[in-house]
Amino acid sequence: MSNEEIKSAVIASTGTAGIVQQSPKISAKDFCAYFGKFKALNNINIDVPEKKVVAIIGPSGCGKSTFLRSINRMHEVVGGTITGSLTLDGEEIMKSDAVMIRRKIGMVFQKPNPFPTMSIFNNVIAGYKLNGHHNKKNLAEIVEKSLRQAALWDEVKDKLNKSGADISGGQQQRLCIARTIAINPEVILMDEPASALDPISTAKIEELIFELKKDYTIVIVTHNTQQAARVSDSTAFFYMGELIEYSGTKKMFTSPEKKQTEDYITGRFG
Amino acid sequence: MEIKSVLNNVEDAQSATAFKDSANEPEKKSFIKKIFGQSNLGDFIFEKLTLLFAVLVFLLVILMAYEMYTNSRLSIAKFGWGFLTSSTWDPVTEVYGALPVIYGTVVSSLLALLIAVPLGLGVAVFLSEIAPGWLEKPLSFLTELLAGIPSVVYGLWGIFVLVPWLRDSIEPFLQDHFGKLPFFQGAPYGFGMLAAALILSVMVLPIISSISRDILRSVPFTLREAAYGIGATKWEVTKLVLSNARSGLLGAIMLGLGRAIGETMAVTMVIGNRPIISASLFDPSYTMASVLANEFTEATSDLYMNALIELALVLFVITIIINMFAQLLVWSMNRKWKKG
Repeated sequence: MSNEEIKSAVIASTGTAGIVQQSPKISAKDFCAYFGKFKALNNINIDVPEKKVVAIIGPSGCGKSTFLRSINRMHEVVGGTITGSLTLDGEEIMKSDAVMIRRKIGMVFQKPNPFPTMSIFNNVIAGYKLNGHHNKKNLAEIVEKSLRQAALWDEVKDKLNKSGADISGGQQQRLCIARTIAINPEVILMDEPASALDPISTAKIEELIFELKKDYTIVIVTHNTQQAARVSDSTAFFYMGELIEYSGTKKMFTSPEKKQTEDYITGRFG
Repeated sequence: MEIKSVLNNVEDAQSATAFKDSANEPEKKSFIKKIFGQSNLGDFIFEKLTLLFAVLVFLLVILMAYEMYTNSRLSIAKFGWGFLTSSTWDPVTEVYGALPVIYGTVVSSLLALLIAVPLGLGVAVFLSEIAPGWLEKPLSFLTELLAGIPSVVYGLWGIFVLVPWLRDSIEPFLQDHFGKLPFFQGAPYGFGMLAAALILSVMVLPIISSISRDILRSVPFTLREAAYGIGATKWEVTKLVLSNARSGLLGAIMLGLGRAIGETMAVTMVIGNRPIISASLFDPSYTMASVLANEFTEATSDLYMNALIELALVLFVITIIINMFAQLLVWSMNRKWKKG
C-alpha cells in the first residue's frame, strides 16, 4: 500500500482531516516478522492513530496475531524475530526496553488468563505492583477504578478476596482487561478477546471496547468480521502474511477495493 | 388369501416378540445394575480391577507394619518408649536405644536437603526457564544420568575422593576459620556426618532437579504470557511460575528427602558408623538404614533381631510422618492461597 492510501484510510477512519496531522501512535514500515526461517509477515506498512480502534481481520494463519504480538514484543518471547521498523510515538519499539514497552502497551489474550493463585484484588493490582508501588490506600483506589472501567466492579466488589479463577469466563476476561488498565497503558492490544466467550459476555466486551477508546488506543485482532465492523474505526485485512487492505471500517465493509477483501468479508473463504 | 394371512400372522408374531424383547431389555439392564452397580460389563471389570490394585497397595503397607510390629514385640516389651529416647546401643549387654541413629538419619538427610534444594531448584529453573534449546537437552540428560548411578559407586567415590579431600583440605579450612562454632570441632577424619551429608546431597540433587524441571514446565505458558504482558521481568515471571508450582516443588523435595532417609550403601561407606550424638559435623555418626545393613547378619539373639526390626519400624513410621507433614503443608498452602 502506498502512503496515499494509508492517509486516505486514516482520514476515512477518523472522519476529519485534522487528525491526520497528528503523528500516528503506532507505525509499521516495511515490517517483517519471522519464526526461525519462516516469514510470517511480509512488508507491513500500517499507521494506528491515537485513541482509535483498529481491527485486524483475516483467516487463521494470516499473521494477524503475530503482528499484534510484535507490537508489545511478545513475539520474541516465543523465539520470533523481526526486521523493518515498528514505532510507538516515533520511537523504535525494538530499541526500547521490552519491560517498559509492555507497561506502555497492555495486552489482553485470547483465553482469559487471570493468575490462579491470586485473589481478584491482587490480580488487578499485579502489574501495578511490579512497577514498585505499594501504597495501600492507593491500591484499593486503583483496583476500584480499573474494575469500574472494565465494567466488572458491581459484579465482584463483594468478593475481591476470592481467587481470580473462581469467576465466570466472561468475568475473567474483563478481570484481565482491568489488570491491563491498572498499569495505565497508552495502548491496549486485544488478541481475539471474545472468541472463548458466550454471546452475552462478547457483547459486554464489545461495549467495553467502545468505552475504552476514549482513553486508549486499541488494536484488536478478531476472526469475527461482524465484530470488527461493530467495534472498530478502521480495519486492516491480512492474508498470507501480507496486508491486503487497510481503510475506514465503513468503507471496508461497504465498498472494499480488493477482490480478496470482498471475498473474505462476504464469507466466500477463510 | 391364506398365504397372506399366514404372512401377516408371522409378521405380527415377529413384531410381538420384538416388542417383548425391547420391553424386557430395561428389566435385564436394571438386573445387572442391581448386582454389579454398573450397566457395562467391561467398565465393571475395569473399575473393580483398578480398585483391587489400589487396595492391594494399601494392604501391603498395613501388612508390612503389622509384620514388623509382631516381630519386634520382644524389644518393644523390654524397652517401651525408652527405645526412642535412650542413647545406648550395645549388643554385648543387650541394651538397645535408637536415639543416636534416629538423630544421624534425620540430621544427615536434612543437611543433604539444605545443600541440594537450592542447587536443585536452581538447576530446574535454569533448564525450564532460561537455558536455550541446544544447551537444555544435554544438561537435562546429564542430570538424569546422575540419578541412575548405583549408590555403591557413589560410596566408592566418597571413600576415595570425597573423604580424603574433606580430611586434607575442607575440614582443616573450616576448623581454621570457623573453629569456634560447635559444628566444626574435633579431629578432621574425613569420615563422618559432613561426608554423608555431602554425598547424600549429590545423590538427591538429580531427583529434585529433574522432577522440579518437569513441574515447572507443566505450568501453562499462558501464565508466563500474562505476566510478561503486564511488564514483568524474567525474574518476576519466574517467581510467579515458582509460586504456582509450589505444591509440586514441595513434592519433589519430599521425594528427595525420602531417598536421603532410606539411602543405605553410600552413607554406610562414609559416615563412620558410630552411634553417637555430636554437634560437630566432623564426628562419625550412624543412620538407621546403615545399622540395619551392617548388623542384620550379626543379630544372634532374638532380642537383638527384635531390636533391629523395631528400628526398621521406626524408620517406616518416620517416613510416613514426613510424608503426612508434607501433605499437610501443601494443603495449608493451597487453602491460604485460595483465601488470597
